Amino acid sequence: MSSTPSRPVRWAANTVGVVAFVLAAFPVYWMVNSSFLDRNQIRNPVPTWVPFGGDLDNFRTVFETDQFVSAMRTSLMVTGLTLVVALTFAFVAAVAVSRFRFRGRISFVVTLLVIQMIPAEGLFISQYKMLEATDLLNTVVGLTVVYVAGVLPFTIWTLRGFVEGVPYELEEAAMMDGCTRTQAFFRITFPLLAPGLVATGVFGFIQAWNEFTLALVVMTREDHRTLPLWLSTFTDVNRGTDWGGIMAGSTLIAVPVIVFFLVVQGRMASGLTAGAVKG
Amino acid sequence: MSTETEHRPGVRPARPREEATVRPTAPRHRDPLPYVLLAPAVLALALALGYPLVRQLVLSFQEFGLAQQFGRAPEWVGLDNYRALLTDAYLWRVTGRTIAFCLVNATLTMLLGVGLALVMRSMSRGVRLLAQTGLLLAWAMPVVASLTVWQWLFDTQYGVVNYLLTALGADYEGHGWLLRPLSFFFVATVVVVWMSVPFVAFTVYAALTQLPEELEEAAEIDGATAWQRLTSIILPTVRPVLLVVALLQVIWDLRVFTQVYILQEAGGSARGTNLLGTYIYRLGIGGGDFGTSAAVAVFMLALTVVLTAPYVRAMLRQERQA
Repeated sequence: MSSTPSRPVRWAANTVGVVAFVLAAFPVYWMVNSSFLDRNQIRNPVPTWVPFGGDLDNFRTVFETDQFVSAMRTSLMVTGLTLVVALTFAFVAAVAVSRFRFRGRISFVVTLLVIQMIPAEGLFISQYKMLEATDLLNTVVGLTVVYVAGVLPFTIWTLRGFVEGVPYELEEAAMMDGCTRTQAFFRITFPLLAPGLVATGVFGFIQAWNEFTLALVVMTREDHRTLPLWLSTFTDVNRGTDWGGIMAGSTLIAVPVIVFFLVVQGRMASGLTAGAVKG
Repeated sequence: MSTETEHRPGVRPARPREEATVRPTAPRHRDPLPYVLLAPAVLALALALGYPLVRQLVLSFQEFGLAQQFGRAPEWVGLDNYRALLTDAYLWRVTGRTIAFCLVNATLTMLLGVGLALVMRSMSRGVRLLAQTGLLLAWAMPVVASLTVWQWLFDTQYGVVNYLLTALGADYEGHGWLLRPLSFFFVATVVVVWMSVPFVAFTVYAALTQLPEELEEAAEIDGATAWQRLTSIILPTVRPVLLVVALLQVIWDLRVFTQVYILQEAGGSARGTNLLGTYIYRLGIGGGDFGTSAAVAVFMLALTVVLTAPYVRAMLRQERQA
């Protein structure tokens, strides 16, 4: 059936495929389309399907609001800091788990799995209280602390796979040639891990960049919002909502993520196969 | 981030020959190096997850309301918070709603995702690529951005959905989707399912491509109908993948927060549409009743543990075998 479907079957399947494409992609299209429409086109009961005659006014408006700029700054700082800290911590932990056998190794790995099942919504009250007690509410550092813990389990888990993908025999061979263990690791294994680090880093970036719940809890002050928060508060004023502006804002937040995502999907796969082939 | 796990990629690094790669490099007894390497991660997790977890548990046995906010010492009240909660009909309504929402969304996502994965096999190459591109776009959209777009699509006055329904002859002019709980949850379900189907479709499709073709061909020659081939060959072969994906859906749909919170802010009635996550938020951060809110959180954690226990057990077994 998978090799040669009969003609009616293929025809039906193709129809489903096209319908699936339209349903899946339409909202994304609609976001980009609306971001180019001017006020009159947006506020017209008859939708404008293609942004002919559209302009960049909505984007200009978004960039001109202080809140967007400050939200962008906060988001970039929190995401950047989270990435640096989480990747460093996760990398050394992944090496420990995959290159050493030690007591407590299995329990650690299992804990990583279990942690990922804890719903953030079940913890944020005490995380809030903790940050409040340490004066870290509304600070980049405070949000970073909870983000690092949120990103770590998945990051360690993924990096562990990449480290294990590089055969230890390569390091052993280098040690026979006179390298120390550390040298062998950094000269042989580390370069082979680069694609893994990049891929994991981008996923960490996407997670921190998109995170909403903890940001909502930790960043209560208007001028300390991250981009997702800024976007969500943009809409809650129902009267006179500037939909064109919101769609431009959404597009600005979403497009880099979509691009990164599409790039990393491939990288992730190639990094993995590279690890496997070199063995 | 645990709240964004809906977007988690289906790509799991393969771990070939675990036995061969994990070396007993520490025959020297009690090499401290691995512990040193683990320390930063363990400390970070203990500080930002472990401590709050314990704190939450403590908090749930305390009276911690507005007075305590202003400096009064929290009072131990034993099981009072729990007693108050468990006898409150509202908690059970929210719990029932959460479970129902979770099951409806997980079921719909699985049916659509698995269905698409199966149909993808019969598509022409070009159409399949087209469908996959659309799914990737939906998958990659940030939650908040997708919510904003869907709100815009369902907008009362200028939304495309109302326009199309009216054009088709239904009376949907000026229809407010978020006003009534049922249609509020309809919109929430559309958003959640729309963004979760791609993960299921891609993962199951990947599993299906591993299926040996001879098996199916043999069954076809023996006269098995398409349905028989599906239920007795295809589905049983990909069963392990289906189970994992289904359980992930249950976990993720059980803790839906962002979608419901944002839609509530956009005009839904919070009381009529709270799920456990938003209820905790509104009780605690919103209402200042941290003790009760912590008790709901502990209740929610327990519920998650109960519903995911089989999954955790299966993973433990896998990890031990590795």
